[in-house]
Amino acid sequence: MATGIKNKVVILGMGCSEFGERWDASPEDLMVEACAEALADAGIEAGQLDAAWFSTHMDDVGTGRGGTPMGIALRLPDIGVTRVENFCAGGSEAVRGAVYAVASGACDIAIALGVEKLKDTGYAGLPMATVGTYIPQWYPNAVAPANFAQLATAYAHRHRIEPALLKRALAHVSVKSHANGALNPKAHLRKPITEAQCLNAPIIAAPLGLFDCCGVSDGAAAVIVTTPDIARGLGKRDLVAFKALQVVTSNGWEMQGNDWDGSYLHTTRVAARRAYAEAGIERPREALSLTEVHDCFSITELVTLEDLGLSEPGQGVRDVLDGAFDADGRVPCQIDGGLKCFGHPIGASGIRMLYEIYLQLLGRAGQRQLAQPSLGLTHNLGGQPSQNVCSVSIVGLWDA
Amino acid sequence: MIGITAYGGYIPRLRLSRQAVGEANAWYAPQLRGRPGTRSLANWDEDSVTMAVAAARDCLGAAPDRQALRALLLASNTLPFAERLNAGIAAGALRLDDGIEALDLGGTPRAGLSALCQGLARARAGLGDTLVLAADQRHTRPASAQELEVGDGAAALVVGSGAVLAQWLGSGVVSVDFVDHFRATGETVDYHWEERWVREEGIARLVPQAVAQALAEAGVDAAAVDHFIFPTPFARLDGQIAQRCGVRAAALADNLADTVGDTGTPHALLMLAHTLERAQPGQLILLAQFGSGAQALVFRVTDHVRHARPARGVSGWLARGVEERQYTKFLAFKGTLALERGMRGEQDRKTALSTAWRHRQALLGLVGGRCRVTGQVQFPPGRLSLAPGQWLQDTQEPYPLADRGARIASWSAEYLSWHPAPPHHYGQIDFDGGGRLLMDFTDLEVGDVEVGTAMELVFRIKDRDDRRGFTRYFWKATPLRGPASAT
Repeated sequence: MATGIKNKVVILGMGCSEFGERWDASPEDLMVEACAEALADAGIEAGQLDAAWFSTHMDDVGTGRGGTPMGIALRLPDIGVTRVENFCAGGSEAVRGAVYAVASGACDIAIALGVEKLKDTGYAGLPMATVGTYIPQWYPNAVAPANFAQLATAYAHRHRIEPALLKRALAHVSVKSHANGALNPKAHLRKPITEAQCLNAPIIAAPLGLFDCCGVSDGAAAVIVTTPDIARGLGKRDLVAFKALQVVTSNGWEMQGNDWDGSYLHTTRVAARRAYAEAGIERPREALSLTEVHDCFSITELVTLEDLGLSEPGQGVRDVLDGAFDADGRVPCQIDGGLKCFGHPIGASGIRMLYEIYLQLLGRAGQRQLAQPSLGLTHNLGGQPSQNVCSVSIVGLWDA
Repeated sequence: MIGITAYGGYIPRLRLSRQAVGEANAWYAPQLRGRPGTRSLANWDEDSVTMAVAAARDCLGAAPDRQALRALLLASNTLPFAERLNAGIAAGALRLDDGIEALDLGGTPRAGLSALCQGLARARAGLGDTLVLAADQRHTRPASAQELEVGDGAAALVVGSGAVLAQWLGSGVVSVDFVDHFRATGETVDYHWEERWVREEGIARLVPQAVAQALAEAGVDAAAVDHFIFPTPFARLDGQIAQRCGVRAAALADNLADTVGDTGTPHALLMLAHTLERAQPGQLILLAQFGSGAQALVFRVTDHVRHARPARGVSGWLARGVEERQYTKFLAFKGTLALERGMRGEQDRKTALSTAWRHRQALLGLVGGRCRVTGQVQFPPGRLSLAPGQWLQDTQEPYPLADRGARIASWSAEYLSWHPAPPHHYGQIDFDGGGRLLMDFTDLEVGDVEVGTAMELVFRIKDRDDRRGFTRYFWKATPLRGPASAT
């Protein structure tokens, strides 16, 4: 019988580069920036790392394939570097690898690092990825905004929500994240915006407008993990421990069957249920202090909050407009600005989410620090609503 | 009895306003101003193959059994492939038997009639039913008279024996190298000779010869003809030819010049399909077309004409037209105007031919899989059925989806990627009886669709690989429209 990951592994240190249009930096520079901060935070040398997990999605935009880009950039001490890739959930996948390695006892200290250098592609959005030889012969030449916009059309239909009301709720999601991101010195987009700006922005993919889409950024983030005993042995006092790590991957049910109505993320619901069980959480709305969810688009955040059980199905619009997820709301969401404003370097995003929860739990979040948070959740999504990889991680202060 | 057993046609939804063309070109070619009516315009994702398939589906919707077809003849002077059997693409899309004889024909606008004659000859020889398809999507130079005169379209007939709706009575043909226009291999636009010479020395002399032969073989007097079908872009020439042939003026069939324009190779067959919709049993039809000589056929309509109806018919296609006033859209769709594509338009659209072959049933015929155990329908088909919790291997049987009803489950219309006709619409389509696809939408405007909108499937160009000159095809969803909802 699996006992889960709860309290078996803690964070020894974390680092995150500044996200944004990093014209000044190469992927190697970004990796060094994130890793140097993580090592300093952990109080160890790179030579003390036993194993590494490396997350990057677009191998053709400067990071390269395999594990060598990370091994070389960080001059790692001849350790194994495993490159993982699970679309936008790759960062969380890397964390899972490192955490499981430590939990298994196979190594003492492991690092997970994610990096993406998107701004050298020349695209304003994500470059089109190749998906083999068969799918392009029948599948639409689809882009992420339209894949997620379908979540909005199906959601509005399922819950009979007037398009104008849904647009307002989506605008509130983005206004909130911009307000939060404005207080984050590492965020890509740091200007507050108004509801009117959102509502009047050009349509990218109906019904999503420009401000419903997250930033496409350069950046890197890293986490160093170990056991609670080793962390204490290294002099760490306040420890942030993993309470749950769940990944659920679509099996084709959503896209090939007719039962899914397209208004929610099936994998998120399953991953959340398993994560809450693993962490021993019965009432997430009361238990969670904050969340960092995969807000690649405003509709994704709104629906995810329902799928995580933080709003009832169909009530996300009302809760969002009531400010339940604002910085001063019931469960603040994207207090660091989220993908929307912190930015979305694909391979790094899952680790960046963890970085914010980690800072908040340790009281190190500066101007955006929440009052005494104890438990945070990250939700990291790769793919598209009808076919995806979903990760739900819960971290909290170590209490075992 | 040998003759036509089913008929159908296809006219693209878009109808380019001649006035809009005249206004756009007035600075350069003021003589083109003031032309009335519209001409049909193929969407960017249509070509002669897709239009031929559309016409065939219009026709075969009424045919009893596709598998009875023994031959498919595709006549066109604008086939997308010079080498790759275009008729073979159509046969795959129509899910016809692999044992079918499929041929491409061309070289003259009357190749449609030549294909019809070949089909009749096969029937007479006891070689079974033939699907005759004709389609053209011609290229013209901007600000030319031809730009206004021609149109895009297709027609389809099944010819064979048995329950024919129009009995073949006789044919006539004149094959001579009279060059009124020509197009060298590799060129895209026709070169035309002087109109008066073409009318007097060509059409007026050669067509009556073919007509006379056909009438003689049929044993029919010209004055007895009830419907005279003779496509020509020259105004009133059809009436003059009728008179010269001894055919009554009242017998002259509508040449669709005001709405569709001259579609070229398919035009005589398109007019025939239009005529058959209202022809009465016992009536005589004379069909003629000019080109490198001339060809003519005579048919007598039978009682079966009352029952063998096309799915939508030329009248149905005519009624669902939408006027297009964007001249630059027309140019862009025809490839005459290279619009800025941005970086997203740089995508390589190379086709893996081995993959296309392996999945040919799914890709060309839109055939999914239906699990014999669960009844679940899925696309693409695979070795394992979609049955969470169960391992059901090799339990699927082929399940065609193209002719089933469908509805939108989710959708969007995006302006981000490069698309020839933005915004790029696509979404999830749920089929009646099961099955779901995320697929491209086509032939629609912003505001035409929402969740739950009834859709139908059409065979279209999926992508063009400009670098290698390859066109790949797949199916798209379009709002289900009856004639009542036209324009």
